[in-house]
Amino acid sequence: MTQLILEQALNGLQFGLMLFLLAAGLTLVFGIMDMINLAHGSLYMVGAYLAAAATQASGSFIIGIGAAMLGTALLGVLIEVTLLRRLYARNHLAQVLATFALILIANESVRMIWGAQPVLLNTPDELSGPVSLVGFFYPAYRLLIIGVGALVAALLYVLVARTRVGMWVRAGASNREMTEALGVNVRLLFTAVLAFGAALCALAGALLGPLLAVQVGMGESILILAFVVIVIGGIGSIRGALVGSLLVGLVDTLGRAALPSLLRTFLSSETASSLGPALASILIYVLMVAVLFWRPEGLFPARS
Amino acid sequence: MRHTKYLSLLAALLVLGTSIHAAEAARTSVKVGFLSTLSGPGAGLGVDIRDGFNLAIKHLNGKLGGLTAEVLIVDDQQKPEVAQQATEKFLKKDKVDFMTGIVFSNLMLAVGPAVFDNKTFYISANAGPSQYAGEQCNPFFFNVAWQNDNLHEAVGKYVQGKGFKNVVLVAPNYPGGKDAMVGFKRFYKGKVGEEIYTKLGQLDYAAELAQIRSLKPDAVFFFLPGGMGINFVKQFVAAGLSADSQLFAPGFSADEDVIKAVGAPMLGMFNSSHWAHDMENAENKRFVADFQKEYGRLPSLYASQGYDAALMMDAGVRDVKGKLDDKEALRKALEAKHFKSVRGEFKFNTNHYPVQNYYLRVIGKDAQGRITNKTMGTIFTNHADAYVAQCKMK
Repeated sequence: MTQLILEQALNGLQFGLMLFLLAAGLTLVFGIMDMINLAHGSLYMVGAYLAAAATQASGSFIIGIGAAMLGTALLGVLIEVTLLRRLYARNHLAQVLATFALILIANESVRMIWGAQPVLLNTPDELSGPVSLVGFFYPAYRLLIIGVGALVAALLYVLVARTRVGMWVRAGASNREMTEALGVNVRLLFTAVLAFGAALCALAGALLGPLLAVQVGMGESILILAFVVIVIGGIGSIRGALVGSLLVGLVDTLGRAALPSLLRTFLSSETASSLGPALASILIYVLMVAVLFWRPEGLFPARS
Repeated sequence: MRHTKYLSLLAALLVLGTSIHAAEAARTSVKVGFLSTLSGPGAGLGVDIRDGFNLAIKHLNGKLGGLTAEVLIVDDQQKPEVAQQATEKFLKKDKVDFMTGIVFSNLMLAVGPAVFDNKTFYISANAGPSQYAGEQCNPFFFNVAWQNDNLHEAVGKYVQGKGFKNVVLVAPNYPGGKDAMVGFKRFYKGKVGEEIYTKLGQLDYAAELAQIRSLKPDAVFFFLPGGMGINFVKQFVAAGLSADSQLFAPGFSADEDVIKAVGAPMLGMFNSSHWAHDMENAENKRFVADFQKEYGRLPSLYASQGYDAALMMDAGVRDVKGKLDDKEALRKALEAKHFKSVRGEFKFNTNHYPVQNYYLRVIGKDAQGRITNKTMGTIFTNHADAYVAQCKMK
């Protein structure tokens, strides 16, 4: 039993850390420039496709990840300079419409370049087997993901909390006008934040590609979860994004695993097995509603 | 002066109108609405059905029953609402004579009522929900492949015969998944460790695999079509579960699409099917050889089903001599089944589902070293589905 809980906790951690890579960029963009960027999920998709293409071309997964991060960051800069920059002063509706259009453009472009069927991105051979942890086996690749995710989270913490650039970012998130008045080039800062967020998206896409599937529309389902995360964590807060991601990851995984058997203790087997998965899939939204009810600003609001 | 201009215009329009009507009376073409899943994780299935269907049309020289075939292909994106919209357009605007192609039963159940109300024949090349085999059976619905339960029943029987005692079942939470579990349990009588329902389209099975590990089953039966199954098998092997539990699946999760993506870990896996690419009959040999020539890959069971669906329409149209508006005659012609299927002999039951053989296949290496399926024996002979008694065909 403890083994099962431990393994499920690792699974939840793995899922949560990958969500964090997406939510971190999203929350900064949303927090600093008050900009809703729905195309964030598309950057994740483009990152996964670039990783698959570069891995196939070079034969190395690491080169694939590097190329994907670089390429997606450049794409992020391009989008920011040509389009997003014009939207900061507009209202949220205009931003949502324009970035939703970007999703459609990205999906169709990817469909034209790579086709409608999923592209194959395999785990590197050395990592495709299980490793023995205390008393049970766990997929080596998932452990790697947990490691990389934790490392990035730590780096991000140092970057945001301990460096001058991080200070500007935090200042921009809590009061943009004041930061500008103090002589920080918020416009340049934002281009950098967007490029950085795009690179994190690409990292998540490349790492999750072999576990999930590299396909058109993969960004939308995870984008919804990323929004749930930043709403739970508090918009603009990296710490909130981390806590929110881990909460969502754990609640989703443990819910899926435990709810059906929990229901079976007091319902008939048939009802439990049809009700369980349905309930498990709405569990994270219940969590979000609960957080919004008691802490409408999220757990760690950036502007308080 | 002006009035005469309008009048002549009106007259011209009327003439145009009657000529369109005249064209409708003397049919020279058959319109087929092909709606299938051509994007997303289920795309492999729809693409195979489409390619099989198109190959048959090519073999028939672009005709169905002597009339020019017009095939309209639309992607349903595996979304019921998209499927409903496309169906509406097929029925009302394009006025198709046949519909086919849907992969997933939940989509089939979503569009079925509109198709049947419109008195359009639906020849299912895949989805075979239990609902349409039993109480909701319909004169306008035919399934040329199987009833959903059948392939799972065959695996259940085989697993039972091999003496496995503790089996965990995994299937997506949708009508086809429920049919799968019911079908398997109809012939497997041992202990079911757990019935795990996953979300349709789910790609990460970490939570389910941890649960399977804790249950320690001697066998795992899974029905996860398309990309879902590809991910499940890969993650099952990566989690180190293949050492303790034997994997079983219906042919859906062990055919060329999955083998191509997963490769060696599939070796030695037993599965069930009503068709196999190594079946010895003239129609099948031609189909398999030409499919490889045309598309550069081995056909899957889905491709064979698409191929058969076109052959079935061809025979039906020919039998009624192109008089597609005589629905009663067309239904009788379709029921009579005057075509040679690539799976060999089969006939339609009173609920318009096949009565046929089901075979055991194993994944191994063929003479050229390719990993592929090999037929091992027959599990069921002339097997009918379990719902036919509830069907009162009107």
